[in-house]
Amino acid sequence: MNPLSLFRHIGAYWLLMRQVFRKPEKWSIFWRRFFEEVNAIGIGSLGIVAIISIFMGAVITIQSAFGFESPWIPLYAVGVAARDSIILEFSPTIVSLILAGKVGSSIASEIGNMRVTEQIDALEVMGVNSAGFLILPKILASVAIFPFVVTISMFLGHLGGFALGVAAGVVTPYEFVYGIQYDFRPYNVFYALTKTLFFGFIIPSVSAYHGYYTKGGSLEVGQSSTKAVVYSIIVLLLFNFILTQLLLA
Amino acid sequence: MIEVRNLNKSFGEKHILKDFSFVFEKGKSNLIIGESGTGKSVLIKCMVGLVQPDNGEILYNGEDFVSMDYAAQKNIRQDIGMLFQGSALYDSMTSEENVKFPLSMFTEMSEAEKRDRAQFCLERVNLPQAGKLFPAELSGGMKKRVAIARAIAMKPQYLFCDEPNSGLDPRTSILIDDLIKEITEEYQMTTVVITHDMNSVLEIGDRIAFLHKGKKIWEGTRHEILRADNEELSKFVYATKFLQQFRDRLNA
Repeated sequence: MNPLSLFRHIGAYWLLMRQVFRKPEKWSIFWRRFFEEVNAIGIGSLGIVAIISIFMGAVITIQSAFGFESPWIPLYAVGVAARDSIILEFSPTIVSLILAGKVGSSIASEIGNMRVTEQIDALEVMGVNSAGFLILPKILASVAIFPFVVTISMFLGHLGGFALGVAAGVVTPYEFVYGIQYDFRPYNVFYALTKTLFFGFIIPSVSAYHGYYTKGGSLEVGQSSTKAVVYSIIVLLLFNFILTQLLLA
Repeated sequence: MIEVRNLNKSFGEKHILKDFSFVFEKGKSNLIIGESGTGKSVLIKCMVGLVQPDNGEILYNGEDFVSMDYAAQKNIRQDIGMLFQGSALYDSMTSEENVKFPLSMFTEMSEAEKRDRAQFCLERVNLPQAGKLFPAELSGGMKKRVAIARAIAMKPQYLFCDEPNSGLDPRTSILIDDLIKEITEEYQMTTVVITHDMNSVLEIGDRIAFLHKGKKIWEGTRHEILRADNEELSKFVYATKFLQQFRDRLNA
């Protein structure tokens, strides 16, 4: 992508966001769509998030134990390392990256398909602000539900680390529980959830942008879906760096 | 009534619409005809506000749509019904929900009133049993009829139809044409139809504008079109062998 094209995309994205954040035509319809999106984006993602969190928590625990094979390092350090990895990076960032794939592609293909089949034009002709009607509930639902999904992921990550770490014999229950409580900093959770709010905005908005400006047919819808995931991940990683620098440095 | 005055639209170097002017009369089917790529779809998109023209006026009952602010355009749009080429029904909604959609967005009707109105509109297009079906379960002709039911749900003053017969068999095409003609007269709407189907032209063309390379080069009625003295129009009208034979017999 050349720099000029990048600026064009950034400009078009902000113009779209200006259109998105207009007052909805009817609040009752907006709230109904909001809760539908909460269900689709949040509740619909819980299964995959749960599976990944449990196993990643277990792997982080086993890898930490493998790295700490020294008589000078206490065994509870495994719990400390697993906790910090899960809270600081795994749950907010890796889970968001996974959701960028699942939710982002779904949003881009849904909106892209509506664009190429003139359903968005039909909304506009009726006098409906199509961008606000389609995208605003997705963004707000995502911002609202992502912190809960990530909190659940943190809990399940620890649970997976505990259960499978103990089952694998790399840590004792007492040492793991002592480790995850040792020098616990609530600010880390605040940092993680703050990042999640930003990611909750980035994923649906970047994906919706790619879907909304799809031109062509079903092939282009597929391409928009791919672009949506790729650019959501790039922007997400960029903001992960910026927010980490701002909140932790 | 809609009056278009000196409308121009270019995309880059390509001048698509050239100084188009026409009066679309109330209670009549006003047809825009012409070969593919002559700017018919661009014209209709300009008229409903999906494309911004470079200059010119589009007067809805005397008010210029082009120079209106967003809120005023929204008010006019609620008086517009549109039948898209691919029907543009919302995939995630049943036929009844599709028809109820504009009522839910712009009226304070109760659920029962909306259901009654949707059922009335579906019955009007001869699909009383289709309410619970999703667009994927409908044939092409049924989709068009549901789209017409949705277009008339708000009792619009203006109906726009973008190639209503495309992809339909001849019998279904005639059914759709008849429906457009009937509801235009029944609701006294200003109906604008884009087509290159000569059957439609001869069936419903109360007023016809012929576009050639973005320019209107002829206007008249369906009664006048067969005898029109215009070379480009004649090539378009008598494109099929059947109509060429018909012309020869007419001349003889």
